[in-house]
Amino acid sequence: MTTTRQPIPGTTIFDGEQAQKGYALNKMCMSFNDAANRAEFTRDEDAYCARYGLDARQREAIRHRNVLELIAAGGNVYYLAKFAGIFGLDVQDIGAQQTGVTKAEFQARLLAEGR
Amino acid sequence: MADIIGCVTTSHVPAIAKAIARGQQDEPYWKPWFDGFEPVHRWLARAKPDVAVVVYNDHGLNFFLDTLPTFAVGAAPEYRSADEGWNIPTVRPFPGDQPLSWHIINSVVAADFDVTMCQQMVVDHAVCNPMALLWPGGGEWPVRIVPVEINTVQFPFPSAARCYEFGAAIGRAVAAYPEDLRVVVIGTGGLSHQLDGERAGFINKEFDRKFMATLIEDPTWAAQFSTMELMEQAGTQGIELILWLTARATLGAVRQVAATYHVPISNTAAGMMLLEPAA
Repeated sequence: MTTTRQPIPGTTIFDGEQAQKGYALNKMCMSFNDAANRAEFTRDEDAYCARYGLDARQREAIRHRNVLELIAAGGNVYYLAKFAGIFGLDVQDIGAQQTGVTKAEFQARLLAEGR
Repeated sequence: MADIIGCVTTSHVPAIAKAIARGQQDEPYWKPWFDGFEPVHRWLARAKPDVAVVVYNDHGLNFFLDTLPTFAVGAAPEYRSADEGWNIPTVRPFPGDQPLSWHIINSVVAADFDVTMCQQMVVDHAVCNPMALLWPGGGEWPVRIVPVEINTVQFPFPSAARCYEFGAAIGRAVAAYPEDLRVVVIGTGGLSHQLDGERAGFINKEFDRKFMATLIEDPTWAAQFSTMELMEQAGTQGIELILWLTARATLGAVRQVAATYHVPISNTAAGMMLLEPAA
């Protein structure tokens, strides 16, 4: 396992160390490709997380629906997007959450980039 | 002999599928983007490709972290889309071209690109959205496809320089294929964007414009940079520009037929280029 240095501000590089740490979390999120699994998670979140063997930190981050905590716990944004999908949230919702602004403010920032 | 008649590079943002499903192409937010494809549609109607080689990145549909190839090539009779977790509409299956797939696999492995070979493969929005942008309106797909997948999920990613060489090897493979086939190469993803972290929403127009300009006459420019340097300039997901680079490298000298660049589509600086051989 190699540790990649984290040279880009506000960015966690998803390297071997992160991928190893986040394996159970990302595997659970991968299962959300299936609508039946999304429903099962919604029905009994505790049991679903237990089945995938999330550690305490990952379980808390899932409970908080907090993307930065999920990334710190080894989550990769492509799999986390499937978790967000359960709640009807898109990449602009999670962008707003991670940058501490409302979705409207986040969208306005992007539109401003286009001018 | 097979000919690569052109190369189309385009963003593949998931929101494009929703906009198509809702018929929003003429709404002010979407119109500049969809209008950019009109010259591509005219070009495709004239050029009539038989096959599309689609260079893309899987986002957690076909591949997971249990077994994650660096380079993978599809050799399936057909490729289906599937639910990626957000209920975006699936599209009709894409027919494959197994003889061409195996020819490309045999050729690139002989050239020391040791690809993973996939006789079953589901394809995500990174294949489906570019195909729907190029050939809108439903009905049968007018081309067969050969998917070429490159890892941009888990470090280490193949370097831009390596991707460029891989693309060149695919180009040589297609050119040596004995059947008379007209092949278009599609590179998907990009341009600058970042979905994760406090840096989410990052866009770099200056870098994107430089990248697009160099892709025409100086295509190895981007290949000089490390993955980390490219992610710093283009955002963590902006690294998808290596898929553009791979597709571009299948051709020698080119001329630009059409291009568009529009900020934003969702969180992304969206770009498209249509290039054809200069000769």
